[in-house]
Amino acid sequence: MVALSELFQAVPWQLIIIQTINGIVTGMILALIASGLTLIFGIMDVVNFAHGELLMLGAYIGFVVFATTGNFWLALIGSSLIVAILGALMQIVTLRPLIGRDPLNTILVTFGISLVLQNYALWQFGPTARRIPEPIGASFNLFYLQYPWYRILIAVLSAAIIGSFYLFLKHGKFGIWIRATAQDRVMAQAMGIPVPWVYTGVFAIGSAMAAASGVLFGPTTGIDHSMGLDWVLRAFIVVVVGGMGNLGGSIAAAIFISLLEAYAAIWLDPSQAVIVSFVVLILTLLFRPTGLFVPTPK
Amino acid sequence: MTDTPLDKIMPRDKLRLSHNAVFWLAFAAVMAVLVVAPLVLPEFWRRFLTECLIWGLLAMSSDLLIGYTGMVSFGHSAFFGLGMYGAAGALIALPPNLWLATLCGLAGAAAVALFVAFFSIRLRDIYFAITTLIFSQIFYVIIFTWTKVTGGENGLIFNRPHLWIPFLYDRRFNSTTMHWFVLAVVACSYLFLRRVTQSPFGRVLQSIRENEPRTRAIGYAVERYKMVAVMLSGLFAGLAGVLYAVQNEFVAPNFVFFLTSGDTVMYNVVGGIGTLVGPIVGAGFFQFARQELSQLFGDQFPYLIPLGIVFIVTIIFLPQGIMGFARRWLNR
Repeated sequence: MVALSELFQAVPWQLIIIQTINGIVTGMILALIASGLTLIFGIMDVVNFAHGELLMLGAYIGFVVFATTGNFWLALIGSSLIVAILGALMQIVTLRPLIGRDPLNTILVTFGISLVLQNYALWQFGPTARRIPEPIGASFNLFYLQYPWYRILIAVLSAAIIGSFYLFLKHGKFGIWIRATAQDRVMAQAMGIPVPWVYTGVFAIGSAMAAASGVLFGPTTGIDHSMGLDWVLRAFIVVVVGGMGNLGGSIAAAIFISLLEAYAAIWLDPSQAVIVSFVVLILTLLFRPTGLFVPTPK
Repeated sequence: MTDTPLDKIMPRDKLRLSHNAVFWLAFAAVMAVLVVAPLVLPEFWRRFLTECLIWGLLAMSSDLLIGYTGMVSFGHSAFFGLGMYGAAGALIALPPNLWLATLCGLAGAAAVALFVAFFSIRLRDIYFAITTLIFSQIFYVIIFTWTKVTGGENGLIFNRPHLWIPFLYDRRFNSTTMHWFVLAVVACSYLFLRRVTQSPFGRVLQSIRENEPRTRAIGYAVERYKMVAVMLSGLFAGLAGVLYAVQNEFVAPNFVFFLTSGDTVMYNVVGGIGTLVGPIVGAGFFQFARQELSQLFGDQFPYLIPLGIVFIVTIIFLPQGIMGFARRWLNR
């Protein structure tokens, strides 16, 4: 019994609670990014390599809008709208000609786009990181930490965006079109749904979600040209672990993986904690390649 | 078969014979140009050409997967990097010997390739691409954070070994002999890979590319073929890594980052997949364009913007790549 209580004492409970909150906050952001990615994949069969760059661009546009207007919420909405239009243009110019070709072509094209956008940002804004100040400065006491309320707000806002998106998919007219296209492309077209425009719309929505997460996360870490890479890799892992094209699965996987990484960071160097999510990915691919959070297909 | 006028003048089997002859003539001509090149070119361009060949070898190795087996690998930087670090480790820790370094580099690349292949071959298309990408990131993180052994962010610096051929030759490398050495390795690799793609084994790989379920249905152990393909490809990527380490006398974790794999894929697509020669042309094109763009607009110019656009346009309008026109001919 003594050994057990010693073990109990040795567990850093405070740290674990802090990391749980951290994990959920990053998990919600990651869920917001990944749901755009998984939506685009589920409906268009496009693996959007440029998703991280849309996030990065969203953060930069948010920074510019904030610098001119001084209003964080305006920056959030403005950047989402601008990136949505940009995403729609991107889809029309580069992805539409590829409809009907091998889906691998889309991963290559979006990789090219990500290179272009990333280098554009580097060229335009330089290598120094930019920062959007937090809209809420307040914080509360969490054991020995001053935990900023803003981080909690990020999680709530991400959840709200995902939730309203879910309602839109369920009840909105365009949302029903999207689901119809996802279910049966040819049939949807036969029923008069303008499938190419559904594609464009989906891409625009996914882009807007990426941009929103970029602006939301901008105040906590700096904005630089390579932030997209980091996020898109993690979003890829989440999307595969959650099951490609499965919205609910991605959200669950995002929180699961972020929590795991947060716990691993207690004992490991944060840069090595990433390996934990790599391992989860490999195990998933080995034993349940269709995703952890979906029923086994027959 | 219809009788075209050409058939009447020149019977088919004679034409086939001349294809072989033309191929070897063309090969000899290109080789001759590349052998003479370092004697004519100034130092800078000599090194430039050598580097193009090394990148070409890397791209060519991944063409075996992309072009012939239909698997797009975004993880070749791992093989390249391990070849590099293997050679660097051997040159630092063991007596500096060119062949020992090569052997260690190849062993490193082979070990990684075995690991990656084991996990990734059961996946297809996009899943394969993402998995290989993630694997290369794992190795990047390990190399980046294991500072004691790999030097972390700074990488490793070492001296170039002698060009040593037992009983025949033992001299320091200069840029000309380095070029010839690289050229010899790349040419042999090309001939070997070409032979592989024309062998029964290579034919099976191509049938996997065309129709995997049918290949399996005929009775080929598809997984085993894919595994060997990934390992072979990784081995040659590792060889490119060894050459790069020997050429530049330093290694850095940057090369293991997945952007190197992205470059490899771009060389392939722009040069023309499924040709083996195309990737080398693509690598040369990209390196040259990059060099010229930074010459024209200064070092700060984001050369990847125009090159990225070229890449996108190529995929949409010229999916066969630069060398696509010769694809049939080269594979005959």
